[in-house]
Amino acid sequence: MTVRQADAGDAVGGVLPRWVALPESVEEVAAVLRACAGRDLAVVPAGGGTKLHWGPPPERCDVLLDLCCLNEILEHAAGDLVVRAQAGVTMGALAAALAGEGQELAVDVPFPEGATVGGTLATATAGPRAFRYGTPRDLLIGVTVVLPDGTVARSGGKVVKNVAGYDLGKLFTGSYGTLGVIAEATFRLHPLPAARRWVRAEVDAADLPAIAAALAASQAEPSAAEVDRPEPGARPVLAVLAEGAAAESRAAELRELVGGGEISDAPPPWWGLISGDEVLVEVRFPATGLAAVLEAAERSGLALRGSVLSGRVLLESPGRDADEPALAGTVAELRRRVEAAGGRVNVLAAPHTGLDRWGRVSALPLMRRVKERFDPGRRMSPGRFVGGI
Amino acid sequence: METLTAALLSVLPRDSVITDPVRLRTYECDGLTYHRATPGVVVLPATAEQVARVVRLCNDFGVPFVARGAGTGLSGGALPREDGVLIVTSKMRAILEIDLPGRRAVVEPGVTNLAITEAVREQGYYYAPDPSSQQVCSIGGNVAENSGGAHCLKYGFTVNHVEACEIVTPDGDLVTLDRMDPGYDLLGAFVGSEGTLGIATKVTVRLSRTPEAVTTVLAAYESIEQGGQAVSAIIGAGIVPAAIEMMDALAIEAAEAAVACSYPAGAGAVLIVELDGPAAEVERQFAQLREICAGAFELRVAADTAERAAIWKGRKSAFAAVGRISPAYIVQDGVVPRTALPGVLAAIDRISAEHGIRVANVFHAGDGNLHPLVLFDDAEPGAGERAEVVSGAILDLCVEHGGSITGEHGVGVDKARYMPRMFSETDLDTMQLVRCAFDPDGLANPGKVFPTPRLCGEVPGVRKGVHPLVESGKAEQF
Ligand SMILES: Cc1cc2nc3c(=O)[nH]c(=O)nc-3n(C[C@H](O)[C@H](O)[C@H](O)COP(=O)(O)OP(=O)(O)OC[C@H]3O[C@@H](n4cnc5c(N)ncnc54)[C@H](O)[C@@H]3O)c2cc1C
Ligand SMILES: Cc1cc2nc3c(=O)[nH]c(=O)nc-3n(C[C@H](O)[C@H](O)[C@H](O)COP(=O)(O)OP(=O)(O)OC[C@H]3O[C@@H](n4cnc5c(N)ncnc54)[C@H](O)[C@@H]3O)c2cc1C
Repeated sequence: MTVRQADAGDAVGGVLPRWVALPESVEEVAAVLRACAGRDLAVVPAGGGTKLHWGPPPERCDVLLDLCCLNEILEHAAGDLVVRAQAGVTMGALAAALAGEGQELAVDVPFPEGATVGGTLATATAGPRAFRYGTPRDLLIGVTVVLPDGTVARSGGKVVKNVAGYDLGKLFTGSYGTLGVIAEATFRLHPLPAARRWVRAEVDAADLPAIAAALAASQAEPSAAEVDRPEPGARPVLAVLAEGAAAESRAAELRELVGGGEISDAPPPWWGLISGDEVLVEVRFPATGLAAVLEAAERSGLALRGSVLSGRVLLESPGRDADEPALAGTVAELRRRVEAAGGRVNVLAAPHTGLDRWGRVSALPLMRRVKERFDPGRRMSPGRFVGGI
Repeated sequence: METLTAALLSVLPRDSVITDPVRLRTYECDGLTYHRATPGVVVLPATAEQVARVVRLCNDFGVPFVARGAGTGLSGGALPREDGVLIVTSKMRAILEIDLPGRRAVVEPGVTNLAITEAVREQGYYYAPDPSSQQVCSIGGNVAENSGGAHCLKYGFTVNHVEACEIVTPDGDLVTLDRMDPGYDLLGAFVGSEGTLGIATKVTVRLSRTPEAVTTVLAAYESIEQGGQAVSAIIGAGIVPAAIEMMDALAIEAAEAAVACSYPAGAGAVLIVELDGPAAEVERQFAQLREICAGAFELRVAADTAERAAIWKGRKSAFAAVGRISPAYIVQDGVVPRTALPGVLAAIDRISAEHGIRVANVFHAGDGNLHPLVLFDDAEPGAGERAEVVSGAILDLCVEHGGSITGEHGVGVDKARYMPRMFSETDLDTMQLVRCAFDPDGLANPGKVFPTPRLCGEVPGVRKGVHPLVESGKAEQF
């Protein structure tokens, strides 16, 4: 294992760690965490570092635990549609290995070369196809985690159907590195669809809610529908995906619902991507909240991209620098409108420290109790998550 | 118990508190009848607030409580405590809201699984998780057990279809766990926790669109190996059917005796494969399936709903049917990786022969979930014990092959002692951290799931000796 002095490039949200540790096995991860526990050192785990700046900066950070060397695909049981991989495996490497067997992990990751299995789980954002396949937590069937005191624990397993014990995988998914380190993950896989077709069309924003409702109810079963509106006020572009042996004929059916458009076998260039994330706001909403979300986004002046079917869009301010009070005002107004429609607004990334990033969290006292049990010393990414957890 | 009962009567109507010993006996077990205990007192709250009040009283008195839905559990999860309160949700059966445009329904925990589908079927929607007990089991019980059914191969389990839950925490607070909320996925942890993290008082489920087409196929094979190979070939071809179920000769014999399902005569194994989805998609997959199943000596395709029901009839009645061919039986529930099925089934055969105990196999072949029915004659001395041995050996086989000791029936009280076969002491201690966060006093369904939980104040795993990093000199870096 390598341990080196940190330099400016290792800063997490502006906070410079003292050391960077690069463990090469689960045992070494445990050893580092035990050593840190003994000396009350704060640890931030890192995967590819593509979104280490998401969430508030850590209150303190002594050690950056870089998981890049934990990069082995441990087992691909193709016949069982299951893969077990270490946390530092990049999503790109994983996808390439699985594709060799005609399979995939059905999540969309915009930076496959950088994003790792661990980081993808720890932040738990969901891309376009969540409508059909669920989010990463729905595809995770087993984990090995390392607790802040160095304890190595496992839950779930490598079979899809399994109800023995508590599901620690769910708890660690989306925990932003505040409960411990995800060291290994086992996922259920899907066969690569025989074909993929995208319907693409410019639509009127006012028609989108009705189109989305029709798509969601359609028996042609789209896998995803994404909207791109780089400029508020512009006509949004809608792209709808059909996957399967009969993708072509189903895409034709879906085009009827969209009201025209072209069918192609490649996604639009912006599909599942974000151009930048200086300021990145995630809006989650129930299907019935779409009209309100579109309107709120329009008023915020932010660019919008995301899934109109699974109720999750990202708003960003490309190239525009919002100062803190202005952004805080924008977020507050967004929150007021979106929450009234049953949704939530989370600021994933922002270059400011004073923002209320998460808004209201209904089970916060329970979450604090979970944090206290897993990390009583508050040494794992302290302050990075809801309620200052 | 008497002062507690008096306190309960002050927060609940008289007819919602049961103390009559005869009526208490109605609740002494769930679907697993060989674990029995008479509850100290039974309450039938009608609202979430009443549940919260009862739980708060249990806290005041330091008395354990157990939730019970329909009592169909097969692992003794709802087994009451003689020194505790049994909280039954049978008065909480309202469907509170159906929101088709939002594709969700909000229901009280006592609502049956099937009632949700019935409420939306005519509009072209359904609730996807379909345990075989769906006519009677409650959605609260489904949440607690993370129930699945024949169709979970494609559609997943309860946890994939629950959007939010209002719960009463073990200390009596009403809290909402919502998938949409930022923060830890406490909803994901709560689903499948078997009543040990609190009581669900309101559940928001996702509704699914009824698929355009359904094709159900029955394929009969001479041997169970051939059937197993067909399952592998289906998955290998990239098809994810809605369900793949399998029955062996003994299970077919039982089903035949009970419901005369007229499955092909002489079959060593029968496979039921159901495809669903867009019509064009199903058509293509069916063409592929026909080729894959070319080795079957008979292939039946259901042309309509009635024929589909006829194909499923034998499979659905198999559990109850073994009663026709054996005086007593144990229903086991274990999981193996799908590719290990042939080897594991052969091993079950060997174990069965060795102990002179017949085993009938009915299972969810698509996801490797075995339900061996271990048959014995309870009048024969020692037979029950041998059946237990066989039943336990099957679970060992599952764990050896990287599987699980339960795929859908839960751990409950029945399998708590098997948990250490699958998980290390450290794994179990770590799960206890969740338990302690929710339920520091251990009042929610104690004695279930975990064999011997530590007290929440205890520090697990005090480590001794020199730290490896220190030993290797690397820790000097810090
Ligand atoms: C602009 C943008 C858009 C995105 N859109 C999508 C999308 O549409 N769909 C989608 O699925 N993903 C999306 N992502 C997510 C992203 O691409 C990757 O999925 C991934 O989350 C980043 O992984 P990483 O390895 O770089 O993590 P890092 O940036 O290194 O870490 C991210 C967080 O996870 C923690 N962490 C990292 N590894 C571990 C570990 N092993 N154990 C515990 N905690 C850990 C870190 O402490 C940090 O808080 C998006 C990301 C960006 C930047
Ligand atoms: C014939 C038969 C077939 C079955 N088939 C299947 C199947 O295919 N798939 C499957 O998964 N299961 C199956 N089961 C098992 C059982 O039906 C399920 O586990 C079901 O979810 C239990 O629901 P219930 O309402 O009967 O719960 P109960 O038996 O009353 O309770 C089960 C557990 O849930 C807890 N609980 C109940 N209500 C609540 C609540 N509101 N909040 C918190 N905890 C609660 C109890 O404490 C207990 O631990 C079958 C059972 C039978 C008898």
